[in-house]
Amino acid sequence: MNEIPDMANNAKVTIHDLDFFYAKYHALKSINMAITKNKVTAFIGPSGCGKSTLLRTFNRMYQLYPSQEAKGKIIMDSRNILDAKQDLNILRAKVGMVFQKPTPFPMSIFDNVAFGVKLYEPLKRNELAERVEWALDKAALWDEVKDKLQHSGTSLSGGQQQRLCIARTIAVKPEVVLLDEPTSALDPISTARIEDLIFTLKQDYTIVIVTHNMQQAARVSDYTAYMYLGELIEFGNTDTIFTTPKQRATEDYITGKFG
Amino acid sequence: MYTRRRIVNAINLIGSVLAMGIGLAWLFWILFTLFSKGFGGMNLALFTQMTPAPDENGGLLNAIAGSIAMVTIATAIGTPVGIMAGTYLAEFGQRGWLAPVTRFINDILLSAPSIVIGLFVYTVYVARVGHFSGWAGVLALSLIVIPVVVRTTEDMLRLIPNSLREAAAALGAPHWKIITLVTWRASKAGILTGILLAIARISGETAPLLFTALNNQFWSVDMNRPMANLPVVIFQFAMSPYEYWQELAWAGALLITLSVLALNIIARFFLRKHEQINQ
Repeated sequence: MNEIPDMANNAKVTIHDLDFFYAKYHALKSINMAITKNKVTAFIGPSGCGKSTLLRTFNRMYQLYPSQEAKGKIIMDSRNILDAKQDLNILRAKVGMVFQKPTPFPMSIFDNVAFGVKLYEPLKRNELAERVEWALDKAALWDEVKDKLQHSGTSLSGGQQQRLCIARTIAVKPEVVLLDEPTSALDPISTARIEDLIFTLKQDYTIVIVTHNMQQAARVSDYTAYMYLGELIEFGNTDTIFTTPKQRATEDYITGKFG
Repeated sequence: MYTRRRIVNAINLIGSVLAMGIGLAWLFWILFTLFSKGFGGMNLALFTQMTPAPDENGGLLNAIAGSIAMVTIATAIGTPVGIMAGTYLAEFGQRGWLAPVTRFINDILLSAPSIVIGLFVYTVYVARVGHFSGWAGVLALSLIVIPVVVRTTEDMLRLIPNSLREAAAALGAPHWKIITLVTWRASKAGILTGILLAIARISGETAPLLFTALNNQFWSVDMNRPMANLPVVIFQFAMSPYEYWQELAWAGALLITLSVLALNIIARFFLRKHEQINQ
């Protein structure tokens, strides 16, 4: 099927010698990898291995906290996004993120989805309504909420809230979508719906997903990276990683001997 | 063994119920006295006539108007300052020395006896301009409002999970928009409750007004002159030997109690709504 992602071919994002520090703690050690365009890349590994930390460097979310620091290069569209000159808000409009717990804003369903759009695009009222419908439709939520767009976003169920958050993220039309354990707080049916959604979304977006659930990584991703103690142990296409991993450590984790 | 536990349980239960009974008894006694003495004075004249001379009939209109004016303006000054400062402490106060120092001083201000604040305003303002005035009263009351609002605003904003801020930041929202559009909105009910509690607190304060606004027997809306207000009128009338004045003082006390009660009920209503949203 797919070849091992390389640095030149079809890469949306490439990471070069990335180190990450929580104050003194060295959380990521010299990571090198490439994220392929319009594919799903999954990060797996035991708790504390640095997979979420790595994900949070893609939109520099770590910069909300003064003691956290990344060193190295992350090249997206031939620009280093870790450069101090990179405008953070523009970067985050280009790289959307969905979190572990659904985080609807305390406002109506419509306003939740319109929130990010209004920040960057001066759309007319009807254009904005179209965009909101488009995003909710993409997130497979439109049919459930079309009659109650003015209801509070917090009134939805957990699974619906998470799809609302996905709609809110893609409404801004980002190029990369980061998913940080998006289904770990959801029931199996909601999880299945979101996995279906990831499958359709990759036609338009480059997707990176962090997951604790190895079956999920196997089901939704094209490429998988196994991380342990801040290091990238093995990275390759998902079928290979799950059937014939090269590293003993990866095999132990995947088969459940460890982790 | 089991019997012993039951006996200990019964003793503790009786003790707790008695303690509650003693506490409530005083409270109801106060309320009962207030109602029985104050209710007689509740009539239309109370709200339409000025505070009278000892041997005349009258009401509390100038005192009610003065109290409303000073409490309103003090709230209007203290609330924005308090909200901004509280927001600074909660949203920007992670680094540096300024925030911890501010928080510490604010806590001192919060627990400062109100008479100290009255004396302070007397020294820096009333003594300088040479006369008591409504503005001095406003200044003293707003100094009481600020620390209350700072504290509740900070506490309420800190209850907002960081994940909500991260979610807004992840969409590319700048820091000030995250605060105004998301975190303030999420803690709206809590902040409002703090403001209402601050209003309830200052509407009964007597000590700071004795040194600042003092009192005025006549109708006056000039904030630059001494201003009538309910707490000081109650203080003066209740201490007087004239029965009619005493009756007016009781009516005024009842009026303040009812207003504060109403504010507390409103605050509780908002807080409950807030909790429901968060569930």
